[in-house]
Amino acid sequence: MLNISYNVVRMGNSSSLMLRDEEIEEISRETEFNRNQIVRLYSRFLSLDKKGQGFLEREDLMNVPELAVNPLGDRIVDAFFTLAGKDDKHLNFRQFVQVLAYFQPIDKSKKNQLNDRSKKLKFAFMMYDLNRNGYITREEFKVILNSMVGANITADQLDKIADRTIEEADADQDGKISFDEFCKAMEKTDIEDKMSIRFLN
Amino acid sequence: DDEDEKLTRFPVMRVDFSEVKVPLIIAIWLVTACIAKMIFHHIPHLLEMFPDSSLLIMFGLIVGIILNVLHVDKSTFNLDNEVFMLYLLPPLVFDAGYFMPARQFFDNLGSILTFAMIGTTFNIVAIALSLYAVSLTGLFSVEVNVVELLLFGSVAGDVDPVAVIVIFEELGVNDVLFISVFGESLLNDGVSVLFYNIFKAFVEIGPENIITQDVVNGFFAYFIVCFGGLAIGLIFAAISAFLTRFTKDIDILNPVYVLVIPYMAFLVAEALSLSSIIAAVFCGAAMKMYVKENMPERSASATAYLIKVLSLSSETVIFLFLGLSTVSSDHHWDSSFIVLTVVFCFVYRALAVVVLCQILNKFRVQKYSKVDQFILAYGGLRGAIAYGLAVALPNFPAKPMFVTCTIIIIYFTVFLQGLTLKPIAQFLQVEKKNEHEPTMTECIYQELIDATMSGMEDIAGQKGHNWIRENFKSFNNNYIKRILINKEAQRNMDKTKIVRLYRRLQLQDAQNLVKVSGDLSKNQVFVDALLQHTKTRGSRGNTLYSSRVSFSPHDTMEQHGIVDYDIDRSPTRSIERTRSDPLSNARVEIRLSNGQHIV
Repeated sequence: MLNISYNVVRMGNSSSLMLRDEEIEEISRETEFNRNQIVRLYSRFLSLDKKGQGFLEREDLMNVPELAVNPLGDRIVDAFFTLAGKDDKHLNFRQFVQVLAYFQPIDKSKKNQLNDRSKKLKFAFMMYDLNRNGYITREEFKVILNSMVGANITADQLDKIADRTIEEADADQDGKISFDEFCKAMEKTDIEDKMSIRFLN
Repeated sequence: DDEDEKLTRFPVMRVDFSEVKVPLIIAIWLVTACIAKMIFHHIPHLLEMFPDSSLLIMFGLIVGIILNVLHVDKSTFNLDNEVFMLYLLPPLVFDAGYFMPARQFFDNLGSILTFAMIGTTFNIVAIALSLYAVSLTGLFSVEVNVVELLLFGSVAGDVDPVAVIVIFEELGVNDVLFISVFGESLLNDGVSVLFYNIFKAFVEIGPENIITQDVVNGFFAYFIVCFGGLAIGLIFAAISAFLTRFTKDIDILNPVYVLVIPYMAFLVAEALSLSSIIAAVFCGAAMKMYVKENMPERSASATAYLIKVLSLSSETVIFLFLGLSTVSSDHHWDSSFIVLTVVFCFVYRALAVVVLCQILNKFRVQKYSKVDQFILAYGGLRGAIAYGLAVALPNFPAKPMFVTCTIIIIYFTVFLQGLTLKPIAQFLQVEKKNEHEPTMTECIYQELIDATMSGMEDIAGQKGHNWIRENFKSFNNNYIKRILINKEAQRNMDKTKIVRLYRRLQLQDAQNLVKVSGDLSKNQVFVDALLQHTKTRGSRGNTLYSSRVSFSPHDTMEQHGIVDYDIDRSPTRSIERTRSDPLSNARVEIRLSNGQHIV
């Protein structure tokens, strides 16, 4: 278990690395994480930021050992950076926490901005939609399918499975899946629970 | 007597039932039980109101009364504890393990263990101590001491898997709720076996003679019983899987391995006074994924069917005999004891569930709502295992009172709770089970989500369920499966769920297409079968020559020299409860224009 210190954590002389109380307050309000969770995530952020730059780059995330063997590792990192916002290459702590907030468990009584069902589905959708044009095409789908099961089936079978899946969800028969069609196809799946992480205090 | 009499004349026919008595009685009861069940099915609306179990008990009760009036020997219809524990219980428990939804079980393992261990312990101790407190006032007609009451607590305090299976099955509630109660009922056997053995030994040693050492030993035995049972189950699962690896040409042996080896696990665990139920359940659950790959389709479905048959007959006989044994046991009716026990059972279970859920909800992603908690508390059913344990108690003065009380508790839960659970669940709008077959879309996205969430947990630096599951999957694929699954299956194995689902859906499509008299050329299974035929049987007189043929949607079958086709669908198991995936065997039979058959 990581030893959490509840005080301000300082690394090097760069003032951008200090986590001030007001910042914690703001982030907590925005993302609904509590103070302890945020401090813990900050520890994690710092341990990922090996070069001590104050922000994360793609390689920092890809250096996580389990991610390197995950078949969707690079796709996850891509989606992470894209969701974070404006700058596609750098991820500061605030953005880091904002993306992770998508995966908080949904409190069914409250209507929360960041983590409700459509936001989670959006993340999943973005994993497929490589060129970010709002549609999953047959080719994009085949790429993902290949990375997940590629070693075990022939190219022909891959084609057929891709075809069938697209057919199932493609309501307007345009040969590609829009975000709405995607949401409809996932109607019966329990996304709220499956795409949630229990963030420890 | 007959042997001593010398034959004076040669008899044309001799009547000697004593030779076949035991097996014949068993057979008669089995058939009777099944006939009873059949009768119930044919009476309209009866099954909507009364669950099977309650009807069987009532039937047994009536038959028992009739037999008693006729002065039939009571031993013919008394449920012997040994028979119950060694013959009737194992098939049920193994069935439960083999068809258990493993994923939900492991996702909720923490909660299940909490209920099973802490909840059950609390129930046992609370009931026993409350009854002891009341017994000090002299209210009960028989003298009892603390240790005997603790023993009784371990009989009456735990939720019974048989009852839960039977009643919850018909409810069809959502998986998480079912697995919480069911998982608890399976794992709490560890606790109850332990307490039962401990206190039984204490009763024998004599309460005055117990020293601290005994208590300490008991504490350590707690863990040994559960983990020992688990270890035995896993060892035998590995043995069974390993053996099925080599049955390629004699696949008729497969059901023997799959059925007998878990039975051995059960018996061995029982002999070592470990938890036999845990052993059998985990043997079944662990063995399934390896054994299924090693068996051809027809062997797998035959085995699954056989397991179902055995467990269904077991269950039927158990409930019938519960009714019969009510009449044939030695009873001692003590109203206050019975009423108080029932009340305590209810109250303490509700208390335990509520308190534990509050604590668990702090850690769970999917929290137990108030409705969930009510179902969990109300669904704490007692069943045949309690009766078996009660009857096996050593003979101390209070035993008949305990036996009677246990039977009443069982009747109470089966009839009152069993009957009212369904309407209450509907009234409270408990979330129902998701019964639909997953579509390709859902299956693929499911895998995707698993991998994604595992990645997210890695980024966030937390080792949660997803991390455990994904790591286990890769370990399983790289090491365990290599050892336990035969080489050919490994090569052909559709290692991922996605491809397996795809095949299954294609098979279904093939059947559907034929029903609508459609064009089969679009269906991959059909095309594969055809290609396989041309490759292996040669192309004599056949219009297909190359091994790589693609049909265009406009080709008709006449063009390819196919005259007639037929799909023979062997009956899916038309059993009322199918907890596993529906298996369908479809054989596509095609007659080519040259008279050849392809199957």
